[in-house]
Amino acid sequence: MLRVDLFPTHEYKGLKLRAGRPYPFGAMVVGNMVNFSVYSRYATDCTLVLFHNREEKPFVEIPFFKEFRLGNVFSMIIFDLDYENIEYGFRMDGPFNPKEGHRFDRSKILLDPYAKLIVGRDVWGEQPNWDSLYQYRARVVLDDFDWEDDLPLETPVNDLIVYEMHVRNFTCGAASGVRHQGTFAGIIEKIPYLKELGVNCVELMPIHEFDEFENNRISPIDGRQLYNLWGYSNVGFFAPKAAYAASGRYAMQVDELKNMVKHLHRNGIEIILDVVFNHTAEGNEQGPYISYRGIDNKTYYMLTPDGHYYNFSGCGNTMNCNNPNVRDMIVESLRYWVTNYHIDGFRFDLAAILGRDQNGNPMSNPPLLESLAHDPILGKTKLIAEAWDAGGLYQVGSFPSWGRWAEWNGKFRDSMRRFLKSDEQVLAEVKERIIGSPDLYASQGRGIKASVNFITAHDGFTMMDLVSYNDKHNEANGENNRDGENHNNSWNCGYEGESDNPDIICLRHKQVKNAITMLMVSQGIPMILSGDEMGNSQQGNNNAYCQDNEIAWLDWNNLKKNADIFRYFKKIIKFRHMHKVLRYEDHLSHQDYLGYGYPDFSWHGEKAWHPECEHNNLTLAFMLNGQYASTDGQPDDFIYAAMNMHWEMHGFELPQLPQGKAWYVFANTDMEMPNDIYEPGEEPIVDNQNEVLVGPRSIIILVGKNV
Amino acid sequence: MTETYKIDRALDSFNYQQVQSEILEILEKGSDVIIDMTTCNYVSSTGLRVLLYSKKVAAAKGLKICLTGISDEVKDIMNVTGFINFFDYA
Repeated sequence: MLRVDLFPTHEYKGLKLRAGRPYPFGAMVVGNMVNFSVYSRYATDCTLVLFHNREEKPFVEIPFFKEFRLGNVFSMIIFDLDYENIEYGFRMDGPFNPKEGHRFDRSKILLDPYAKLIVGRDVWGEQPNWDSLYQYRARVVLDDFDWEDDLPLETPVNDLIVYEMHVRNFTCGAASGVRHQGTFAGIIEKIPYLKELGVNCVELMPIHEFDEFENNRISPIDGRQLYNLWGYSNVGFFAPKAAYAASGRYAMQVDELKNMVKHLHRNGIEIILDVVFNHTAEGNEQGPYISYRGIDNKTYYMLTPDGHYYNFSGCGNTMNCNNPNVRDMIVESLRYWVTNYHIDGFRFDLAAILGRDQNGNPMSNPPLLESLAHDPILGKTKLIAEAWDAGGLYQVGSFPSWGRWAEWNGKFRDSMRRFLKSDEQVLAEVKERIIGSPDLYASQGRGIKASVNFITAHDGFTMMDLVSYNDKHNEANGENNRDGENHNNSWNCGYEGESDNPDIICLRHKQVKNAITMLMVSQGIPMILSGDEMGNSQQGNNNAYCQDNEIAWLDWNNLKKNADIFRYFKKIIKFRHMHKVLRYEDHLSHQDYLGYGYPDFSWHGEKAWHPECEHNNLTLAFMLNGQYASTDGQPDDFIYAAMNMHWEMHGFELPQLPQGKAWYVFANTDMEMPNDIYEPGEEPIVDNQNEVLVGPRSIIILVGKNV
Repeated sequence: MTETYKIDRALDSFNYQQVQSEILEILEKGSDVIIDMTTCNYVSSTGLRVLLYSKKVAAAKGLKICLTGISDEVKDIMNVTGFINFFDYA
């Protein structure tokens, strides 16, 4: 049956038109038609501006006729458009009255807030035409990728081992050995490496379109060009970063990113996107017009009563996330990434902002967070909050979750770092972190799966720098070392910076192994910072957001230099995958509720069954009972960990195992390679089944299994 | 029966409709197609879709399409976007 509404009703300068479909917003190809639709509550008129690809002057500007407007939506269908060869933008008419929140300016050509493909920054670092009236240009995309049988993997959240990665930092280093450095295609080339390491989820730092030239400048220290490398500054919420694609110069970033997702999925690796909905690249009153400011400033931004921008993001403006229409845009964006890119989860940057009302006040049941928690398409998508913002709202443990939201557990990072550097008064906190932070997540019944544990992330020191520097060294960022976190809970092992003292190097390697061991044997979802597995250093820079150079790029030569660290990471990751008893979803009971003769979890100390609890103590031990973690009726092993962060050796009495089982040593960070860690399943038996000696600042992991 | 179809210069939005209909015409005749791209130095996103669409039409008819003479640059684009895996090569 043929439709009767597929004929043009208007003609304008040779183009055939008719009233469009108001929904969905954005541009969509339907047969020989392209439907354009844009929402603005306060605009009085709108014009569609069409360019041929990369041309400075538009070839036509088409007003949205009166009959092309429904409610507050302007929509238009154009027939027989060569959509692959056009770029489009909008001009908006409306009041310019900043005190009332309106900043309409008809002289600006504006990016579609729903643009699916954005060009203009196509090759990383290639200077754009700064005089161009339209810098970030929307194109129309055909969403017809052939996914074959691919879908989001839906890996149980408690089985994840997350690897936080930056697209450029991962493969830009000269020794990366990949053909397409710093791109999505480059990540595909490194899939064998990721599999060897054993991670099953990559969390990509922002890959939405942003401008690497935002706030670009020359470093006063070393004269290098500084870029917006990290990309926490969105230009568009629906389009991938063109310059992260080897095919970006041909505007094929959409296909390249989808191809990367497909390849990662085939290899059992999920993809989580770090999404930045808290602010945009338009900055404050002095910032540029890119899109939202000119499309509908009062809708998209949180404004003070006199029309200034609230700055809860620390980046000049704050998205008005709980305006119903902005809320819809965020939900649409996330649905789009799941539906069209098969993304497995999202980590929400400064997510506390998403829970503020339109005046900036925190809400108890924020509608946006509730919508996301209950969204049908996002129903099995991982939702992870960075549960704080730059306005002082800190919600770790209290982020509104509806049983769906997990959190970056910043307290895990802080407690474990302090323990690692032998701080007293931290033992009680450390114990909570090891068992999945029930102090934070048990009361709401959120379970262990709410806690994303990490010791290092992109913000702050790398793991090797955590044990090599007492203080940050961010001078190269050109901000007089004022930027970046001051409270790092780090310890340099006796010398600030790189050292050739073998004792210091040995201690640092041991401390790195201690840190990854703490992370991997704790309950919760572990997240590793990319490069930590090879002892990557940023030369003490704990805020390398602008260092698009070897400071932030992974130095793949470290794989050889720090071979013992890489080997240790691989084996302890494999160990975690092999032992379900390390990956509980819900909190432990500390009781023998099934009558196995041992509780599911028990604390120990230098004496078995007698944990130390003095605040100044620096030792702890615990045992997990594998009988409570069966797979297909097959119980897991017992696991025992003794952690000694004291600078002297301590003996730990071992708990007795059931008849027929014995203790085998899996890891001892006090030993040098190859005796620091063994192949999981091939651990040697412990000579003395009654006691182990744990060296200074060391951890021993034992496995209790059948003799 | 196999027929060779040559694409010159580029396959993009300017010629994709013509290329598409000409390949489909050959398939309609029940012939396999070798697409000769020796002198084709650019394939756009739409162009890649023409090739893949043709391949799927051919498969539905029990026919074969294979590509030959692909330049390194086109091959690289097909590789990073994943289209490379869908085709046979002569």
